[in-house]
Amino acid sequence: MKPLIVILSLTVLAMGPVSLQAAGPSVPLDRVAVDVTDQAALQRGARLYFNYCIGCHSVQYMRYNRVGRDLGLTENQVIESMIFTTDEEGELTGPGALITNAMTPEYGEEAFGVEPPDLTLVARVRGEDWLYTFLRSFYLDDARPLGVNNVVYENVGMPNPLWELQGWQEKQVGTNGEARLRVVEAGSMSGPEYDRAIRDLVTFLSYLGEPMQIERQRIGMYVLAFLFVFLGLAYLLKKEYWKDVH
Amino acid sequence: MAGNTADKIQGGVLGWVDARFPLSQLWNEHLAQYHAPKNFNFWYYFGSLALLVLVIQIVTGIFLTMFFKPDAELAFASVEYIMRDVEWGWLIRYMHSTGASFFFVVVYLHMFRALLYGSYKKPRELIWIFGVLIYIVLMAEAFAGYLLPWGQMSYWGAQVIVNLFATIPYIGPDLVTWIRGDFLLSDATLTRFFALHVIALPLVLLLLIVAHIIALHEVGSNNPDGVEIKANKDENGVPRDGIRFHPYYTVKDLVGVGVFLIAFFAVVFFAPEMGGLFLKPANMIPADPLVTPDLIPPVWYFTSFYSVLRAVPDPFLGVVAMGAAVGILFFVPWIDRNPVKSIRYRSSAHKLNLAVFVVTFVFLGYLGLQQVTALYGELTLRFAVMYFLFFWLLWFHSKERSAVFTLVSFVLLVGIYSFYDYTRFDPANAQLLLTAWLLPTAYLFVTMVVPLFARSLGRDRPVPERVTA
Amino acid sequence: MANEGVSRGRRRFLVAATSVVGGAGGVALAAPFVASLQPSARAQAAGAPVEVNVSQIEPGQRISVGWRGRPVWVVRRTPEMLDLLPGIRDRLRDPDSEQVAQQPEYARNPHRSIDPEIVVLIGLCTHLGCSPTYRPEIGAAEMGADWAGGWLCGCHGSRFDMAGRVYRNMPAALNLEVPPHHYLSDDVILVGEDPDGGTA
Repeated sequence: MKPLIVILSLTVLAMGPVSLQAAGPSVPLDRVAVDVTDQAALQRGARLYFNYCIGCHSVQYMRYNRVGRDLGLTENQVIESMIFTTDEEGELTGPGALITNAMTPEYGEEAFGVEPPDLTLVARVRGEDWLYTFLRSFYLDDARPLGVNNVVYENVGMPNPLWELQGWQEKQVGTNGEARLRVVEAGSMSGPEYDRAIRDLVTFLSYLGEPMQIERQRIGMYVLAFLFVFLGLAYLLKKEYWKDVH
Repeated sequence: MAGNTADKIQGGVLGWVDARFPLSQLWNEHLAQYHAPKNFNFWYYFGSLALLVLVIQIVTGIFLTMFFKPDAELAFASVEYIMRDVEWGWLIRYMHSTGASFFFVVVYLHMFRALLYGSYKKPRELIWIFGVLIYIVLMAEAFAGYLLPWGQMSYWGAQVIVNLFATIPYIGPDLVTWIRGDFLLSDATLTRFFALHVIALPLVLLLLIVAHIIALHEVGSNNPDGVEIKANKDENGVPRDGIRFHPYYTVKDLVGVGVFLIAFFAVVFFAPEMGGLFLKPANMIPADPLVTPDLIPPVWYFTSFYSVLRAVPDPFLGVVAMGAAVGILFFVPWIDRNPVKSIRYRSSAHKLNLAVFVVTFVFLGYLGLQQVTALYGELTLRFAVMYFLFFWLLWFHSKERSAVFTLVSFVLLVGIYSFYDYTRFDPANAQLLLTAWLLPTAYLFVTMVVPLFARSLGRDRPVPERVTA
Repeated sequence: MANEGVSRGRRRFLVAATSVVGGAGGVALAAPFVASLQPSARAQAAGAPVEVNVSQIEPGQRISVGWRGRPVWVVRRTPEMLDLLPGIRDRLRDPDSEQVAQQPEYARNPHRSIDPEIVVLIGLCTHLGCSPTYRPEIGAAEMGADWAGGWLCGCHGSRFDMAGRVYRNMPAALNLEVPPHHYLSDDVILVGEDPDGGTA
């Protein structure tokens, strides 16, 4: 009888919205609500990114001045807080340039086993919940070359760049066999503070993935409003002409 | 066209043009004096909407071509360049990616309309055949276009589909190398797919669409009653149940356009990824020939046929089955020989058959997106069988069949797949296998055998002389 | 087709209203497509204003910098060169810079520059776009004894004076263009941006 029930429930499922998440991570993800219209959060997230991430992870499809404009920063603020690279002539990279970094793929592979990926689109690939959970799930593991592992991404090559903020965690196995992380060496932030910081960082990454997303929805409202007017008129016109048809 | 000649004599710019090019004649023959049945319903919007999507795809495609770089090193970055650096590039790109999926939505509904009202039947067989050709070229067009962003899904999706040709005996491997133009999917493949996507296939598509419309306007449109309106004309030779396409159907289609654009732009502006159905997350990673994604489902509009492929264990036979699943559509006008066109006057058994077909097609599509498990594999097989059984039943319902023929063919059909089940029987999954066996068997039983006992279920109804309001 | 109960006026109004609204929608939809052909963020970054330090330029020396793929000349004119400018008025086609498109308002003066000494010009002949040769020597032999310094275009022989003004009866009809520029400090010019922040 059981397969029949499965078949029937699948029939119902197939009619409903389809979930297309590929084989997901083995741990449940913590949910996070990010607001990409919150400029202050975006600025805090950008500060974290340009202090801790940019060294390894470029944002090579984005331009400095675009980030500056969207985050409400002046050109000087952009130059001072984001641009650390120079061009071939040794001059500081211009604010219109793409956000690259100085790390070569070869060096990255040597240091971490894999080339650190570009993160422009990471929020669209992984999703916000995944990033939020991943960045809070590093733990000490002597078996790894860099002494760090991650619950969400088993055997990841990346160390925890934010350990100064979060401190160090250890993995313990809970009563039901689930992984539990506990801070064993405190960082400069408390747990809730760190969670908020990561939420800001994920907000910034979400923005990077689709910088036009706010504009897109704003314009969409106008377009749909216009189309409803058009539809109303077209409908009246159709009614009028079809009075001829008997 | 007496009035037409008078117009020409009147002269003016129009007269000048008409003396050199049949402008007024074209206008009249295809719009103003083209008489369409007055009883078109909801299902008749999708032809003109398909044309609208075609225009959207061509215009947005031309603009994307101005910014896109068909080069394996540059393609991915050029898409992000369009999304970020080109003013309004994101809108143009999202319109194109959304348009691709909407094209198939509209075309599937358009094809379903033909099945509902028997629009492929005499004298409209060629319209249907042109339509199936359009559908096949559209699939090729979409497939070629999907490779261009050069993301992981583009790459591996194309890899899987191109490798299907490798299953062809003897020539397969060489053929695949020839298609790719390299020993792996590479820049050479991208460039030729680009040429096919922006020039070759659109040209073929346009020609076929012109042929489709010329054939339609030659014989005239079918309608939800399946009544030939040309059989009943007034003293002026105008069908009594016909109305001029322009203005009546132009204003009506305008309403359809309004509704369509609301749905279309709602997706473009609020859900361009459509939860991963229209744009897949894994395609936001640049193509990497060394790393295969966990799951490589085709885009949703291919997945029904992809399921048929996966249902067959032998790779080559799988490809043959998938090809047959598409190819069988060409023969529909000669499979369904029932003189009654519209489903309105067809038997309950036929109505059920068509309803099951819709469920089958949707379900195959759903299964094609999933990872294969024992349950899904079994279901895929059963639904693939039911996909083909639909066409058997379409032929079977062409007329009332004798009890002997019905029972013999029923037993034979059930026997064939039951024998296959016998050869692969495994006590470990007996329950699943037997339960799933009920699916096609119940389908055949209800649509073939039950009408033997409840005759009214298998009987068609009389078709009226004139269209109903 | 019976037409009873049909209001012509209402029908005409609805046709007009739908056409106008639909047409407006069409135009609104066309706008993004037209705008997409404008220089992209990449082109704008590549065409960003260029800083030029003028402190190292000797009197009479010309330096050349690239801006939007065009040569931009910056020349520090000697007092002698400046003194000769008014005297050749009669031989020039547009001595008073009346063609307003050829220079911003702040360079519409006898020396065609903000600082009288420093002139900034786009180094492309206004005839067919060749880059003229710098001939600063006053009275240079092959230029004629009355040569007040300036440029000679090698392509079709157009001559320009030390303020980029074209001589009469030359193939070129317009003075050399002065690009938008302003001083960030006493020594640094930003080429490509007006003092008020506008660009060309």
